[in-house]
Amino acid sequence: MQNLLDGILKAFELLFKGDPEVVRITLLSLEVSGLATLISLIFGLPIGTFLALVKFPTRRFWISLINTGMALPPVVVGLVVCIFLWRNGPLGFMHLIYTPTAIVIAQVLIAFPMAAGLTLSSLQQLDPKLRIQLLGLGASKIQMVIILWKEAKLPLIAALIAAFGSVISEVGASMMVGGNLLGSTRVLTTAIVLETSKGLFASAIALSIILLLIAFLVNLVLTSIQQRRH
Amino acid sequence: MTTLLELHNIKVQAEKTTILEVDELTVNNSEVLVLLGPNGAGKSTLLQVAAGLKKPTSGKVYFSNQQNLSDLEFRRKVSTVFQSPLLLNDTVENNIASGLKFRGLHKKEINQKVQYWMDQLHILPIAKRQAKVLSGGEAQRVSLARAFCLETKLMLMDEPFSALDNPTRQGLLDDLRTILMRTNQTCIYVTHDLEEALSVGDRVAVLLNGKIHQVSQTQEVFSHPSNPEVAAFMGVDNIIPGNVFGLDNNLLQIQADHTIFEAVGDIAIGTQVYICLRPEDITLFNDDQILKPSSARNHVSCQITQIINQGPFMRVQLKSGFSLTALVTSRSVKEMGLEVGKTVLAVFKASAIHLISSGKIQ
Repeated sequence: MQNLLDGILKAFELLFKGDPEVVRITLLSLEVSGLATLISLIFGLPIGTFLALVKFPTRRFWISLINTGMALPPVVVGLVVCIFLWRNGPLGFMHLIYTPTAIVIAQVLIAFPMAAGLTLSSLQQLDPKLRIQLLGLGASKIQMVIILWKEAKLPLIAALIAAFGSVISEVGASMMVGGNLLGSTRVLTTAIVLETSKGLFASAIALSIILLLIAFLVNLVLTSIQQRRH
Repeated sequence: MTTLLELHNIKVQAEKTTILEVDELTVNNSEVLVLLGPNGAGKSTLLQVAAGLKKPTSGKVYFSNQQNLSDLEFRRKVSTVFQSPLLLNDTVENNIASGLKFRGLHKKEINQKVQYWMDQLHILPIAKRQAKVLSGGEAQRVSLARAFCLETKLMLMDEPFSALDNPTRQGLLDDLRTILMRTNQTCIYVTHDLEEALSVGDRVAVLLNGKIHQVSQTQEVFSHPSNPEVAAFMGVDNIIPGNVFGLDNNLLQIQADHTIFEAVGDIAIGTQVYICLRPEDITLFNDDQILKPSSARNHVSCQITQIINQGPFMRVQLKSGFSLTALVTSRSVKEMGLEVGKTVLAVFKASAIHLISSGKIQ
């Protein structure tokens, strides 16, 4: 109980004092997970849309693959990315292992299936006749897709929340490909693991509160956009 | 009359089954062509092909004066109204503006057209309302305004009122008829409802099992169906096969079972025919009743097998070697004491019979 109280007090102390290391870790977490979510959306939105709207022979296979990807354990992603980026690995020459870029790559692999899969299911929930109606009103294919995205705004923003939530909170992949290096690849989740393993519960709780606060604020903004006029 | 749209040798297949086969269909400028047929006949498929929304497996669809349009150019010459209004999650006026926005029109012009068509369809008071809170009738008015404001050459309507209750449907049909007449809008109107077809159509194309069986002026399809299938769909309950065996007083003599019918027509003696008789053209008399002299030439003695209540009318099923159905007012049924098993006289004029030649000579 004392640990918890100490932790909360320490958290406020760190928050209000603006501890440079905590600020750096927080900013890196936001930067890495924000970028990973953005990249996932850039690829996931069009690919999910394509799978939802276009019928082609191997479509079911790709949908199954994406759905499986939504349940990928972060440590498995971390392992795969490690193998590829390892010094002797196929992409070792890029010297990305233990860099923030490596964490971004791993987090994109975690968030992308979620963005694509949830886009796919969001669009499939719409009345399929709506597409015909939009084309019948003279919409170009691109205009049709934009209107469909607007119509599926609620579940699409839910997809964005889920994608960001999954990467800001994952620890396995960040730890494996980032290495949790102080001043370089330490993010909130890896820092919490480290502090806990050192028995420094107060710091761990402080960092956890910051992590929860970030998750809450991001969700608050997205939810207010999502629920506008509803 | 000039042709606006032409469809040639259209074939649509789904999983190797042919669901639509239309050799030729033309839509004339300023006409309302009704595609009439039962559910599953291929009406909606044909409409989507005509709208450029579905590619036929083979065949061509084109505007008579512009044959080489891109898909988008083609679609922008057409507007569509479906059974479900399929409105966007937005206000009424933004929904109506959607097609105009796709075409990149200026905001002022969009606003002008939207206001005008909301007024025409009596939905100005609900302009700012969210589409999802509208009633079925209001939503379909929005859908109509959205299509009309595009002012396209051709408008396509796929059973637009079939999901509405009867008073709402009648109100919308009246308004639609008025607008179609005033604007001279060319329209293909899909329905399975005979009354709707009669009230809006200039011409009717009857589609059965994916094939067009008859294209004629609306009244012509109703009074002179071209084959027994069309006749049955048009509500001709009595279709009796017979054989023309003679001509007497300019009336054809036709034998069906042991009964001789007299009918007006121009069919060669010896031809096998179908005698088509609408149930409302048959008058029933008690068989002991003394008939006044009348122009009704046909008298058939029958036994009542079933009486079905249809509100103000009763459908009376009769048997006399062949089956006959007559439509009688409920009051007559009561006054005449009609009941199952009773023998009655079915009387009808020679001119009430429409003969369809089977093409076979005996």
